[in-house]
Amino acid sequence: MHRILFDNLVKGALTEPAPEPEDAALAELAAALQRSARRKLGRSLSIREIDAGSCNGCELEIHALGNPFYDLERFGLRFVASPRHADVLLVTGPVTRNMQTALERTYRATPDPKWVVAAGDCALDGGMFAGGYACLGGVSAAIPVDLHIRGCPPSPLQLLKGLIALLDMDKVRNR
Amino acid sequence: MTTLAELIRQGRPAPDHRPWPRATVDAERWRLAGQRLAEGDWTLLSLWGEAAAAHMALRDPQEGMIAVLSLDCTDRRFPSIGALHAPAIRLERTMNDLFGLAPQGAADERPWLDHGRWGHGHPLGDRSEAAAARPYEFLAAEGEGLHQIPVGPVHAGIIEPGHFRFTANGEAVVRLEQRLGYTHKGIDGLMMGADLERAAKLAGRVSGDSTVAYALAFARAAEAALEIAPPARAVWLRALMAEMERLANHFGDIGAICNDASFSVMQAHCQTLREQVLRAANTGFGHRLMRDRILPGGVAADLGSDGIAAIRALVAEARRQFPTLIKLYDNSASLQDRTVSTGVVKPELARRFGCGGYIGRASGRDFDTRRSLPYAPYDQLAFEVTVLTEGDVNARVWIRIREVEQSLALIEQILDRLPAGELRTALPGAGGEGMAMVEGFRGDILAWLRLGADGKVARCHLRDPSWFQWPLLEAAIEGNIVADFPLCNKSFNCSYSGHDL
Repeated sequence: MHRILFDNLVKGALTEPAPEPEDAALAELAAALQRSARRKLGRSLSIREIDAGSCNGCELEIHALGNPFYDLERFGLRFVASPRHADVLLVTGPVTRNMQTALERTYRATPDPKWVVAAGDCALDGGMFAGGYACLGGVSAAIPVDLHIRGCPPSPLQLLKGLIALLDMDKVRNR
Repeated sequence: MTTLAELIRQGRPAPDHRPWPRATVDAERWRLAGQRLAEGDWTLLSLWGEAAAAHMALRDPQEGMIAVLSLDCTDRRFPSIGALHAPAIRLERTMNDLFGLAPQGAADERPWLDHGRWGHGHPLGDRSEAAAARPYEFLAAEGEGLHQIPVGPVHAGIIEPGHFRFTANGEAVVRLEQRLGYTHKGIDGLMMGADLERAAKLAGRVSGDSTVAYALAFARAAEAALEIAPPARAVWLRALMAEMERLANHFGDIGAICNDASFSVMQAHCQTLREQVLRAANTGFGHRLMRDRILPGGVAADLGSDGIAAIRALVAEARRQFPTLIKLYDNSASLQDRTVSTGVVKPELARRFGCGGYIGRASGRDFDTRRSLPYAPYDQLAFEVTVLTEGDVNARVWIRIREVEQSLALIEQILDRLPAGELRTALPGAGGEGMAMVEGFRGDILAWLRLGADGKVARCHLRDPSWFQWPLLEAAIEGNIVADFPLCNKSFNCSYSGHDL
């Protein structure tokens, strides 16, 4: 135990420099922000993750955001346990019909102002599962979406870029 | 006593089913097979339906035989196997939900994947009107001082959706009942009529953490149906991907289990190792999870010298770091206090359910598809399968630790002996039936496939190991405290998406 702690001190951090926010994500968010008045949140966002029927691939990469390489919390981004504590809902999956009610109720339980980020190709339009009897096909079929992050699954870096775009709203407004 | 081989001989054989035999039998022999399962002689590998037939894959460990029994169900009924053998119950409820095949004499007639939200019943059979939505009837638990704790489908962490209904007496759990199906995406239905390329992609999205294992199982079933063999280099690259997937998942889960026991330094180190596996995979195969890299007939892309160097560096790094972490796990009393004797699965139960993977092997079930039903290239590789009998969280962690060591050794052997050559065999546009089993990180995955004469999928059934592991979690938590549930659940890490399909 002591050796590990000592090694960690000597070795230095694994954490990598922050990526720039993705241009496409910024543009999409700018449009979303113009739709309604938004309170400035400062550089801090609480995120409630909701799996609305994904294969779990997106969740694995969202988990990876917390590892020492990406260290999400240094950006003021943190995952919270309840929608009542959340500013952002990060939703994955093609929204199965069996999850629709749970997703809508979680959305309603989240206080305003709130943002919805749909992560992964399924969350955009249902992906490979679109057209079946069991899926709605995209998060926006159930609740309003402010930002999409593409990928199957999106890499931690792609996720980070999208989420940083949410924080850089001033930058968005000035464009 | 009738053997499985005799039952197959007495039935009407399916000529194009490979590599194991399939035969259609009468209801009496179908029931007989259910009795042999109930007596513990055979293992249920899976049970699935189609429009007017039921199928059951069985293994007779004494004979070392695997076979599929089929039953014509023109009247959409079949004698319930679940009435005799509990592991079949959830599979039967699913057959009824999707195809409208009713198990006669079933002990549990509640729907399973169908939550009354699809707009109609039996989506893959004769579509019926949706039944009036009514509350799901959880099993009753009565007694003085008992209370219920409902959890989910949206959980507090970043995990898949499912509902757990705990009945507790103070802190002690007296019953847990699961309700799953929230991530049902209708993959069985989407498979029907899909060409092999699309179907392989769908298979790779059944369970995200096992995308390699599912793509491999599907590809091998398709190759069995078409009677083709992929080139040697592809076969070895597939095994390399499968072992890297196992490594990534074991690293992630060992860390997460320790984290659930409030020991977060292990989590930080294990997550670092996991990330290093995914980065090496990205360098080698162009995708962190290696999704869509395995196709029927071979693999999608070659492994270059950069990739080989990255994977060798990964193995060296893991060999340097991991032993210290094992020591830390073994020497931390606060961690052992939480994992030892917590969430016990008794060996008898693991055997009855044919429970695969680290859950089965931590409870004395000496089964690993790579060794018990060897497929290339594992038949040419040296590795050991560790089995323990304690069946607690600690035993499941130790099985995973040993499997990490074995996977590192397997990756080295594969890289040392990787043959040169082609990556893919051309697919004939033909029909046939194929079945395959592969060892995913979580346990044995079964893929069964019928291809029509046009080369498209007529019916595909994919069975996740979780089907036979989820019910054991209900048993493992009994008598433990509520606060130990996350620990038990994480040490199982059953798939929701793989089960709900």
